Amino acid sequence: MDDLLREFITETNESLDVVDVELVKFEQEPNNATILDNIFRLVHTIKGTCGFLGLPRLEGIAHAAETLMGKFRDGAPVTQEAVSLILRSIDQIKDILGDLEAAEGQEPEGDDSELISELEAMSAKADAAMAGGGAAPAAAEKEPEESADIDLPDQSLDRPLRPGEVSLDELERAFRETEVEMDGDAGDAVAEAPEPEVVEAPAPAPAPKPASAVVKKPAPAKEEAAEKKDAEKKSGGSVSSQSIRVAVDTLEHLMTMVSELVLTRNQLLEIVRRHEDSEFKVPLQRLSNVTAELQEGVMATRMQPIGNAWQKLPRIVRDLSQELEKPIELEMIGADTELDRQVLEMIKDPLTHMVRNSADHGLEMPAARRAAGKPDKGTITLAAYHEGGHIIIEVRDDGKGLDVDKIKEKALDRGLATEAELDKMSDAQIHKFIFAAGFSTAAAITSVSGRGVGMDVVRNNIEVIGGTVDLRSVAGKGSSFIIKIPLTLAIVSTLIVEASGDRFAIPQLSVVELVRVQSNSEHRIERIKDTPVLRLRNKLLPLVHLSHLLGIAEEGHTEDNIETDNGFIVVMQVGSQTFGVVVDGVFHTEEIVVKPMSSMLRNLTMFSGNTILGDGSVIMIIDPNGVASAMASHASSAVTEQSEEAEEIHRKADSSQSAISLLLFRAGAPEPKAVPLSLVTRLEEFEVSKIERSNGRDLVQYRGALMPLVYINEGDHHKTEGTQPMLVFSDSGRSMGLVVDEIVDIVEERMNIEVGSERLGVLGSAIIKERATEIIDLGYYLPQAFEDWFMRKEMDIQALTKKVLFVDDSSFFRNMLTPVLKAAGYDVTTCNGAKHALEVLEDGYKFHAVVSDIEMPEMNGFEFCEALRRDPRFRHMPVLALSSLITPASIERGRQAGFDDYVAKFDRPGLIAALKDVFSGEMGAAA
Amino acid sequence: MSVLEDNFKASGDSIQYVTVVIGGQLFGLPISQVHDVFVPESVTRVPLSAPEVAGVLNLRGRIVTAIDMRRRLHLPPLKEAQMMAVGIEYKHESYGLVIDTVGEVLTLSSNSAEPNPSNLDKRWAEISGGVHRLDGKLMVILDVDRLLGAMFTEPMAAA
Repeated sequence: MDDLLREFITETNESLDVVDVELVKFEQEPNNATILDNIFRLVHTIKGTCGFLGLPRLEGIAHAAETLMGKFRDGAPVTQEAVSLILRSIDQIKDILGDLEAAEGQEPEGDDSELISELEAMSAKADAAMAGGGAAPAAAEKEPEESADIDLPDQSLDRPLRPGEVSLDELERAFRETEVEMDGDAGDAVAEAPEPEVVEAPAPAPAPKPASAVVKKPAPAKEEAAEKKDAEKKSGGSVSSQSIRVAVDTLEHLMTMVSELVLTRNQLLEIVRRHEDSEFKVPLQRLSNVTAELQEGVMATRMQPIGNAWQKLPRIVRDLSQELEKPIELEMIGADTELDRQVLEMIKDPLTHMVRNSADHGLEMPAARRAAGKPDKGTITLAAYHEGGHIIIEVRDDGKGLDVDKIKEKALDRGLATEAELDKMSDAQIHKFIFAAGFSTAAAITSVSGRGVGMDVVRNNIEVIGGTVDLRSVAGKGSSFIIKIPLTLAIVSTLIVEASGDRFAIPQLSVVELVRVQSNSEHRIERIKDTPVLRLRNKLLPLVHLSHLLGIAEEGHTEDNIETDNGFIVVMQVGSQTFGVVVDGVFHTEEIVVKPMSSMLRNLTMFSGNTILGDGSVIMIIDPNGVASAMASHASSAVTEQSEEAEEIHRKADSSQSAISLLLFRAGAPEPKAVPLSLVTRLEEFEVSKIERSNGRDLVQYRGALMPLVYINEGDHHKTEGTQPMLVFSDSGRSMGLVVDEIVDIVEERMNIEVGSERLGVLGSAIIKERATEIIDLGYYLPQAFEDWFMRKEMDIQALTKKVLFVDDSSFFRNMLTPVLKAAGYDVTTCNGAKHALEVLEDGYKFHAVVSDIEMPEMNGFEFCEALRRDPRFRHMPVLALSSLITPASIERGRQAGFDDYVAKFDRPGLIAALKDVFSGEMGAAA
Repeated sequence: MSVLEDNFKASGDSIQYVTVVIGGQLFGLPISQVHDVFVPESVTRVPLSAPEVAGVLNLRGRIVTAIDMRRRLHLPPLKEAQMMAVGIEYKHESYGLVIDTVGEVLTLSSNSAEPNPSNLDKRWAEISGGVHRLDGKLMVILDVDRLLGAMFTEPMAAA
C-alpha cells in the first residue's frame, strides 16, 4: 500500500469521526451554517480524494451523500431520516475504508447502489420539499455527478431567505473561500466567478452551467496538488499549520530512548555521588536537568486529551436515543484532560460500553421520567479530571439507579450468593454484583446491551491498565461509575523487594501497605492448618511467600524465614481481593520504565515486564493480577473476598474461633491464666483461718461437706492471712476449690490455643486481651481432688487427639459446650447448622466424632444424621445426639436415624462420658 | 559487518562461522547472525521460566534473554569458569546464548557440510543444521531459528 493511500485512510477516518460529531450537532441546530459548511467541506474532500485515487465505490457514496447535504444547504428541511441516512453512508464509507486498509489498498468488491439510490431518493424528496414538489425530481433523477454540479449553485436561490436565516450566503462564501484557498495552494487560481453569481443571483433562477464548469474542472488538479495541505486543513482549521503528523512508532522509539537516557543519567549521578569533588558534578547537573525536561517533553507527546476517546460518543448516544425512543442529552466535562495515548486506547471501549449501558438501562422512558418528576430528556454526563497521579472519569446518568431487587434475584439465580448472604449485604455490596461475569439485569436482550458480557469485561479492561472502577447508585436519582486510572503506563512507581536473594519490583499502585512482622511484635504470622494468615485490624489476611509463589524457595532457607516469622508483608489489593505477600526484605521505591518481556517469557503470568534499574541490573516486575490469580489457585481456601460475609463463613469454619467467656486469674505465677467461665461453678473467698489441714491436704468446709483445695503448682501454699480467693468447681455433688492469687477479669474472647503445652495442667497458650495467657486444663486438677473424677487420666491420652465437630444452631450452647469439650481435651470445630456441617465435612476436614443438636432449622439432627449415614465415608463415624428434649420416643427416633448415643443438653458430664464411650468402643472394636 | 557480508556474497558458497565451544564440542554460528560476543554479568534469574532460560541481563541498555546452552544441550553445568555469551537477534528480540568459550572465525565451504549423523542425540539433532569436518575435529552448525523456535513451541515446563 503506498504512503499516499495510507495517509488518505488515516485522514479520512479522522474526518469521518468529525463528520459524525458534527452531523449530530447539525441535527440539533439545522440552521447552524458553520456546522453544515464544515460537514460539507469534509465530505467533499473525501469525495474528491477518492476520485483522484481511483476508488469508485467510495466516491459514489461520498458523492451521493454530498448531494443530499447540498440540498440542506439549499434550504431543504433537515429531517431525522435524512441525517440517519447520511450517517449510514458515513458508516459504509468507514467499512470500505477498513477493508481497503486490510486489503492493502484494494477497494473491496461490493454494491452500494441501494444506499446510493436511497440517498438519491432522499435528495429528490428534499428537492420536492424545497420546490414544493415541482420540477425537482427530474433533477434528482440525473446522474449523480451531474446533479451535484447542478445542485451546487442552487443554494439560497430557490426561495427567499427566511427571517433570521442570514447564514446561507455566509455559508456559501465560506465554502468558496476554502476552495479558493485550496486552489491557491495548487497554484491554479480559479476565477471567483461563482461567488458573485451565487450571492447576487435572484431567487428563482437556477444558473447551473457556469457553476458546474468552475467546480468540475479545477477539482482534480487542485486536489492532486493540494492533497496534503488540504488534508491538514480539513481537520484542524487554523491549528493545522502548527502541528505535524508523526508515526506512533517514532514516538514510542523516542520514548524508549529518553527512558534509557534517564536511566543512564541515574547511573552517572550514582557514580558522582560516590566521588565527592568530581569535576563532572556541574555538567552532570545540567545534563540531569536537560534530561528531565526532555523526558517531560517526550511524555507530553504521548498525552492526548480524553476528548479523543469521547469523539464517537455523541453519535452513539444519538443513535441510541432514536433506537430506544428516549431523548438523551450527552454532557461532556473536562474533555481536554490529558492522558497517555496508550491508556486512552484502552479505555475507549469500556467507556463506550458504559455510556451504552447508561442509555439503555440507566435512563427511563420519557413517560416514566415525567412520572418521577424529572425532565423528559435524560442526561448522561461524562466528566474527567485529574486527581493525584490518576485521572478520574465519571460516567453519570440521572436515571432510575440500579435495581437492587433485580440484582439480588439475578445473583441468586446465578448462584453468586445465597439468600442469607444477600440479606446481610449493603446496597453498595449488592451493586457490585453487576461486575460479576455473565451478569446482566436487562430483562430482555436488546441490540444495545443486555447480552451479559458487559460490566465484567469493562472491569477487566480497566484493571488491566491498573485502574479501578467504582459504582454509586441512588434509586430514582441515577447511578454513576467512577473509573480511576493511572496517567501513564510508561513510568511506574514500584517497590523493590527481595525474596530468596533475588530482587523484584511490585507496582505501588496495588500496594496498600507494608507490615513488618516479627514473632514478638503485635503483627505475627499465624496459621490455619498450614496456611499462613495475618491478623490485621480485625481482618484475616491470607498470606503467601513470594519465594513460594515464584517457586524459588531455597530448601530450608525460606522455610526458616516463615517459621521464624520475620520479614515484611506487602499488603496488596487487586480488584476486591486483598492479600499479603511475604518478602524477605524491602529496599526502596523506584520509578521504572516498564519494558515488555521477551516473547519467550511472555507466558509467565506472574510478571508484567522487566526493566533496568539505576544500578544497571535487570529486574522482573511482578504482575499483581497474576499474583492474585495464583493466590486463588495456590490457596483457594485462604483467599478472602473483601466482604465481611465471606470472612464470617471462614471464621465459622475455623475451629474454635467463636468467642467464649473466659475467667482470667493469677495463681502461682505473675502470668495470667484463664479457664472457661462456663466450667466454673462459683467464685468464693474464704477466711484463711477456715482452711483446715487433714490427711495431708488442705480442705475447707463448704456447704456441709469437705471441699479439697488444689493448687496450680504442687507445693504452693495458700495465703497466711486475710481471705483466700478460689474457684469452685462442682459436679454431681462434689466440689473442688482451685486456689488462686487473684481473680483478674472476665472477658469475651476467642479461645484460640495457639501454642500447645507439654506441661501438665496447661492446655496451651492463647492471646487474651493481647497477652499470652495459659489456658488451664481442668482435667488435670479435678482428679487431684477426687481421683475418680471422670476417670480423666486414662481418657486424656485418647482424647487429646480426637477431633469433634459440634453442630448446634444456638450460639448459646455452642459457647457453653465448646469449652466443656475443649477442656475435656477434644479439638472442637463448631458449625451453626447441619448444612454448614455437611459443607465442612465435604471440604475434607476429618473428624473423629460428630455431636449434633436435634432441633435445628432447615435440616434437623435426625435428617443430618441420616444424611451422614448415607455417605459411605461417614457411615461409621460416631454421631452423638444432643437435645433438650429427652423422651423415649425421641431416643428411639435417634437410634433409627443412626445416632450412637443420645445426651441431654445440660448433662455436661454425660456428654463427656458418652464421647468417651464411643471412642473407647471404637478402640475396642479396633483392638 | 558490511565487509563481511560482501565477503559472504563474494565467496558464494562459503560461509563464515563464529565458533564456540560448549561442553568440549565445537559449534559454529553463521557470522551474519552474531551481533556481539560478551561476558554475561549480573544475570537476573527469571522464576518459573523454562529451565534453559538462564535469566535476563542488561546489554548496553537492552534487555537480553540469556539462554544456557549447556542446559539446552542437556550437558552438566560448567563449574568455576568464566562463561561467555553470543548475542543474536531472533524475531526482533535480543537473545544471548551462554557458552563456554568463543573461538576463531572460520570460513568454510558450504559443500563440506554434511547432514547430521543419524545416530546423533535427538535433542542435539533438533538444533543442529549439519556437521563440518575440520582437521582433527567436527564442528556442529547451530541452527539459531530451530534452537530458539523450538523453545517457543515447546510447552514451557515451570522450573
